Amino acid sequence: MSYLALTDADREAMLETIGVSSIDELFADLPAGVRFSRELDLPPALTEQELTAYFEQLASENEPAAAAISFLGAGMYDHYVPAVADAVLQRGELLTAYTPYQPELSQGVLQAIFEYQTAICELTGMDVSNASGYDGTTVAADACYIAKHATGRGKVVVTEATSPQVRQVVKTYAPGFGLEVVEVPHRDGATDPDELRAAAADAACAIFQHPNFFGVLEPAPELAAAAADAEALPVAHVDPLSLGVLEAPGRYGCAIAIGEGQPAGNHVSYGGPHYGFLAARAEFIRRMPGRIVGETTDVAGNRGYVLTLQTREQHIRREKATSNITTNQTLLSLAGLVYLSWLGPQGLRDVGETCMALAEHAKERLGLPLVFSDRTTFKEFAVRVGRPADEVVRDALAHGVHPGYALGRDYPGMDDVLLVAVTEKRTPDDIDRLAEVLTG
Amino acid sequence: MATETYPDDLRYHPEHDWARIEGDKATFGITWFAQDALGELVHFEPPEVGAAVKKDESYAEVESVKAVSDVIAPLSGEILEVNSIVEGAPETVNADPYGDGWIVRIRISDPGEADALMDAESYRRHLAEQA
Amino acid sequence: MKLIYEKSHPGRRAGRLLSLGLPVPGVPAELCRTEPPRLPEIAEPDLLRHFTELSTRNFGVDTGFYPLGSCTMKHNPRVNERLAALPGFRDLHPLEDEDRAQGALRLCIELQEALAEVTGLAAVSLQPAAGSQGELTGLMLMHAYFADRGEDERRRKIVIPDTAHGTNPASVTMTGYELTHVQTDARGNIDVDDLRAKVDEETAGLMLTNPSTLGLFDENIEEIERIFHGAGALMYYDGANLNAVCGISRPGDMGFDIVHINLHKTFSQPHGGGGPGGGPIAVAERLEPFLPAPAIVRDGERYRLDFDRPKTIGKVRGYYGPFGVFVRSYAFIRAYGPQLREMSEAAVLNANYLLARLRDAYDLPFDRLCMHEFVLSARGLKREHGATAFDVAKRLMDYGFHPPTVYFPLIVPEALMIEPTETEAKETLDAFADAMLAIAAEAAERPEELHEAPHRTPVGRLDEVKAAKRAIVRYHFEEHPDLAAEPAAAGVESA
Repeated sequence: MSYLALTDADREAMLETIGVSSIDELFADLPAGVRFSRELDLPPALTEQELTAYFEQLASENEPAAAAISFLGAGMYDHYVPAVADAVLQRGELLTAYTPYQPELSQGVLQAIFEYQTAICELTGMDVSNASGYDGTTVAADACYIAKHATGRGKVVVTEATSPQVRQVVKTYAPGFGLEVVEVPHRDGATDPDELRAAAADAACAIFQHPNFFGVLEPAPELAAAAADAEALPVAHVDPLSLGVLEAPGRYGCAIAIGEGQPAGNHVSYGGPHYGFLAARAEFIRRMPGRIVGETTDVAGNRGYVLTLQTREQHIRREKATSNITTNQTLLSLAGLVYLSWLGPQGLRDVGETCMALAEHAKERLGLPLVFSDRTTFKEFAVRVGRPADEVVRDALAHGVHPGYALGRDYPGMDDVLLVAVTEKRTPDDIDRLAEVLTG
Repeated sequence: MATETYPDDLRYHPEHDWARIEGDKATFGITWFAQDALGELVHFEPPEVGAAVKKDESYAEVESVKAVSDVIAPLSGEILEVNSIVEGAPETVNADPYGDGWIVRIRISDPGEADALMDAESYRRHLAEQA
Repeated sequence: MKLIYEKSHPGRRAGRLLSLGLPVPGVPAELCRTEPPRLPEIAEPDLLRHFTELSTRNFGVDTGFYPLGSCTMKHNPRVNERLAALPGFRDLHPLEDEDRAQGALRLCIELQEALAEVTGLAAVSLQPAAGSQGELTGLMLMHAYFADRGEDERRRKIVIPDTAHGTNPASVTMTGYELTHVQTDARGNIDVDDLRAKVDEETAGLMLTNPSTLGLFDENIEEIERIFHGAGALMYYDGANLNAVCGISRPGDMGFDIVHINLHKTFSQPHGGGGPGGGPIAVAERLEPFLPAPAIVRDGERYRLDFDRPKTIGKVRGYYGPFGVFVRSYAFIRAYGPQLREMSEAAVLNANYLLARLRDAYDLPFDRLCMHEFVLSARGLKREHGATAFDVAKRLMDYGFHPPTVYFPLIVPEALMIEPTETEAKETLDAFADAMLAIAAEAAERPEELHEAPHRTPVGRLDEVKAAKRAIVRYHFEEHPDLAAEPAAAGVESA
């Protein structure tokens, strides 16, 4: 049951050394009025065996991805997680380590973070990455905070085609930051650069997702240029698995690149924990939130790694810190690093192309009307199913297929629209099955 | 690093800043005690030339690896010059806090404020009380 | 040790995808990747060796004693890893229909109820990703609560003690509040006279950890409650030190209105080298309407997500929170049940035992029994032998221990904050105490051992000044500088 090593003999010896006669005496400073005098109303302690039985029961009451052929995406994706990523995360020296504030004992974690930072900079074409944010939504709030302090402006712009969850989180953080949030509507599934430029006048930053929530490729370089014209920082929210096929945001004028790391190496796990990534041009390094690992040497001239520029962070700068973040998502970002290393540059390209090819194949096989027929998409696309999409989802599940996400709950006028995600884990047979269930 | 000194020709502010007053102008910096407490400086966030400074208020920031510190103005005035050597090599402040490590030069707006500053002897006593 | 990029060879790869023979649609030219990212090209055996080698250069709780104050580095039960990896949890998509996630939702509900019981509060949101985010959420709740009563414009101040963890003031700024500091008295309690002068109708609330970062229970907590609630203000409890009081004293009973719990501290979510964590918040009934959406609720025999929350502050992170962390934390709680009390008693016993063994060799700023952690000062060693808390920390590594927290809280010079946790055996505590005593003796006799420590780690003391000035924050491939050869210069390397 418990993980305590203490025996009665230990307790006696220790109480004697302390100079008290009972454990109760150790709590003498607590005023009587705040003492909890009954037993905690919790179910009785379980042995490991009982624990396992109970949790297996709970787990069996869910229908995970394997229970149905799944085309559900909308922000979290059923990509393949290689066994080696799980294996590395189970190394106890990494799993059970704290934040690497004592670098001599933490070169493993520090070097891994440095390698992760390098990978993110390579993917995004940026100069500096932090060691991770909480997820793909909070890094958008982080980007707004950076932009607010860099520009002194009181407004941020987000495209309507950006994930609803990202927009909600930005709007939750904005009042505390003293920021107004303005949305730019999508036009036939993508964003008009002229509209973005107009909205971004007096804005600290303009955030656009690419590929966007509909799976559509935005005119990203034009959007970045439009933001820059308005002197707002261009911020691209990108899918890490698209960056073998799509250009790096740093190469088309973005100031900051952010995103959700889950597709790269993390299991979906009912929404978390995952990692958000945030990378920026060199000029923003001192405004970056979160930890950054830097390279240096030790007294003997050996190369080593340390947390650096810590004066940005809460434990030193306190109320003037670039963020309050302390605990981040290091272990999950480590899985991301292992995954990206497992893929290599060719593998990353292959994953992107495979998703696109399968999605295109699915569009043809389904033969359903595409909502945004003139747009190029990445791994997701929106189709009209002729009746309420959530009914279609329920009916398809009865046949062992999850056909996708009912967009109507997030976008007006789309109650009959299904967002279909196709990852490299789907096969042409799966797609045939989807077609059967939806149109057969 | 420099040896601990507090030159007699300077005036001192309790937040460990010094002023060298020459006519209607003054040069500011931080004292030996301040640079010793911070450790080697790695970054200096400078103010703009022409900006106003106000006595007892912060006009710049210096950073070491483990700390950030506001630099407090001993007197009020207008910034005439910012030490570019310190901008490029902040550790100059540690090596020579009263010479090459000066931070800004100002035109004094209220000469009477100098009366509130300490002389070297009083500052040394102030340090002894703090310890 | 080489970076993984330095082990990369063109043409090597570990993962391979199915080759489908399907045509790849074209991407408009202006959107196409021009240069591939320089990810490592490495085969699986070398990939695994690389990360294994990295792990051997790291110290975790699995390795040895890790007494970081306020971090609660307790044992991470291995069964919890197995449970979090059950496919029914691991592969469940958050946008699945509620009917298909009843097991997950039930787990969340049961965890919420357990946390409500431990904290003595009415309602819980599991959404915040970490303690800091819990703080942010709690302060947003304060804004919403007071706005609802027309008092938000007036109430701009948050009071925090000078012993507060840096996240507290940072959270205050991020939510648009102003800071008021209150002092600590000679007993290590909040100075109540100072507090009375600073709390008024412009105060929104207090942020406090109890026991404090000094490891001391605030003896005036009842008076503090009267002062804040008397002024119509709210009280926020930073749950970082909850490990001391589970089943012994509940923050809700102390008067707190909002509590964040650190699942990666009290409830054993592994720290993972910096994260993930979980920072759920528990609140008094009057704050429940403002909690993040969706709420997870019981509906008869079923469990569902309630998005109909008209007064919610909104959403602080994606979906419902770090679910994998919930699995581990809830399993930990179920392994103890009501015996969580014994867990806290053991934590406090272990800390007092170490304190008793060390108090004569180091300075003790506050002469009281401690709770689950205590603070010593190395100022005596510094004054007499020139040995600092930093030196002590580095030398402890040579003895096979992770150092305690150093230089925090700020009000204690040369601070050493020690938290053993309940999962340490007596002989481990004795070995650590023996090492600390030996180091104190070395400071007098052979101080260079301390100044040059550590001697037995993969690297010696690292030049943090060079790291800050040079700011090399990624590998630069062919242009990567050789730091051992170059002198330090200012600036950041650009792409």
